[in-house]
Amino acid sequence: MSISFSSQIVIEYQHFDQLFAALSELGYKIAAPTVREGAIVYDEVTSVHELPCGWTDVQNAGGYELQKRADNALFGYNVGPHSWKKFLHPPSLKLWEAQKNEQGFEICPEVNEVPRYAFIGVRSCELHAIKIQDRVFMEGPYVDSTYEKRRKESFIVAVNCGQAGETCFCSSMNTGPQVSEGFDLALSEVMEEEKHYFVVSVGSIEGQALLEKIVHREARAEEIQLAMDTVDEAREQMGRSVDTFNIQSLLIDNHDHARWEEVAERCLSCGNCTMVCPTCFCTAVEDVTDLTGEKAQRVRRWDSCFTMDFSYLHGGSVRSSVKSRYRQWLTHKFSTWIDQFGSSGCVGCGRCITWCPVGIDVTEEITHICDKDKNDGIT
Amino acid sequence: MAGTKKPKLAVWKFASCDGCQLTLLDCEDELLAITEAIEIAYFPEATRNVVEGPYDLSLVEGSITTEHDAQRIHEIRRNSKFLITIGACATTGGIQALRNLQNVDDFVRIVYAHPEYISTLETSTAISQHVKVDFELRGCPINKEQLLEVINAYLNKRKPNVSSHSVCMECKLRGTVCVMVTKKAPCLGPITHAGCKALCPAYNRGCFGCFGAKETPNVASISKWYAHLGVEQSEISRILNTFNAYPDCESKEEECER
Ligand code: SF4
Ligand code: SF4
Ligand code: SF4
Ligand code: SF4
Repeated sequence: MSISFSSQIVIEYQHFDQLFAALSELGYKIAAPTVREGAIVYDEVTSVHELPCGWTDVQNAGGYELQKRADNALFGYNVGPHSWKKFLHPPSLKLWEAQKNEQGFEICPEVNEVPRYAFIGVRSCELHAIKIQDRVFMEGPYVDSTYEKRRKESFIVAVNCGQAGETCFCSSMNTGPQVSEGFDLALSEVMEEEKHYFVVSVGSIEGQALLEKIVHREARAEEIQLAMDTVDEAREQMGRSVDTFNIQSLLIDNHDHARWEEVAERCLSCGNCTMVCPTCFCTAVEDVTDLTGEKAQRVRRWDSCFTMDFSYLHGGSVRSSVKSRYRQWLTHKFSTWIDQFGSSGCVGCGRCITWCPVGIDVTEEITHICDKDKNDGIT
Repeated sequence: MAGTKKPKLAVWKFASCDGCQLTLLDCEDELLAITEAIEIAYFPEATRNVVEGPYDLSLVEGSITTEHDAQRIHEIRRNSKFLITIGACATTGGIQALRNLQNVDDFVRIVYAHPEYISTLETSTAISQHVKVDFELRGCPINKEQLLEVINAYLNKRKPNVSSHSVCMECKLRGTVCVMVTKKAPCLGPITHAGCKALCPAYNRGCFGCFGAKETPNVASISKWYAHLGVEQSEISRILNTFNAYPDCESKEEECER
């Protein structure tokens, strides 16, 4: 049977490990969801046995808990504390080293070895997040070469969500739960009675070639229907939503809403929401020397608009109040990002809600700040 | 640094456990490089050799708890070009600053067989409450890499890379899963100064706050959330009052109970 971009293929559960073998053979490092420290995180794995088989997550604002499922689903959960940006846009990266010499100093460019990653289990919201970071790092006059190298080498096995979490709101952001583009292969996990299989769509020539190496067959119409039903279930379970109509101007118009002050009273300016966000891209650079001052290096690491240093200009921080920092973050995500990059900076993955240590819920804040019926909050 | 005179380093001790100065001796791999770049002129914990002052760089450990120490720190300041406090004791008064919330005589009576021999101040205070401090390094004890970074920055006349944001930032940079969110553990990370690389959360427990308060700490909000997680009020006070007896946390708690 020949596989085309429009074919729907079935891989049986017992053959699924062949995907891992085929990817390793091609020299990919496999990164996938796995259980660690009481959560489903993304890490390098070598076999299908490291996936969170039979696990699910229960999420709410400021809360996350793993629970056992009644079945042995491999993808029966939603997104956790990590995102794929940890591989594409590393948390910390040495940019270059310099050596002192007679004339001053000489820069030795850092040759970072770029791993070839295959990402397994990428959700629709995450594909959209990757697309957003592609725009940030690879479009425009200044291309981030590290990101570009990692991104161009990556292979993506996406998965349709068969359930949605309490903090998910991709439906309202038009970013899920159904995978639409930006993948090499896309899976739907189906379990009916005794059967357990994956319905697979092909998104690239590389995906097509890989599939040829795995035992597969054409999907039957009822199997395709069952796969679509699982995504419908996720849609129905979607825990939260954001009304995006006019949001770009509503946020700017409500710049002085009393709610900003209220949320600032709760916000710890800890930066967790930005660190877990799959689209947040800001970094700080730090120069370090050795004790003799002969060698120096420049290191880049993730930063957050919630720190004081982030907006430090001569003499102090421009955004010294927590209110101004929270407002900067939220309006950038949902409004000024659109001016800057032509799309929203939020994909509705819900991470910032789950992993905020005091459970601040961005969807709730937006509802108050953009309250379309009454404007009495405006001061 | 060939040809130039090496800067002179002195390490001073006040009320403390010695853990922070030990961190300097713990720099085993780097110790040789340090002594090549700097002359260890006064460091009783390491050598009996004493080189007279003045000193270029003084590292001060410990808090001020006696009248004698309150005098001595001024003399040290006069003898030091650059003065850096190391650790929670020197920077905020340390665990012994718990006495500031009670009557010190009560403690003395309970602890010592002969209270009459004890001469102590009512309070344990930070070095900066007595003299001008050029840089404060946090931690109980301080982190070895941060100590090296500060010495290194001093030698190379640059700003040290010591961030005052939350421990959460470090926790997320290393990919540790948040124990406050998954286990409802009352973690002090969100209001605590970074520097330890999120050591405690990496061992699956909440941050104790040994580095002290971060920039703009929101004690009221986090206390409220601990209560929401089911932590008792008395326990919340204990958590906030261990290493750095969080300044004005009591009044903030009252505020949030209202
Ligand atoms: S919104 Fe939550 S996660 Fe973000 S900085 Fe504030 S307290 Fe931290
Ligand atoms: S802002 Fe929050 S919900 Fe939106 S993409 Fe970032 S983490 Fe996800
Ligand atoms: S936000 Fe949507 S795509 Fe992302 S995990 Fe939740 S349901 Fe899936
Ligand atoms: S475990 Fe503690 S330090 Fe780490 S992110 Fe959570 S609250 Fe912050």
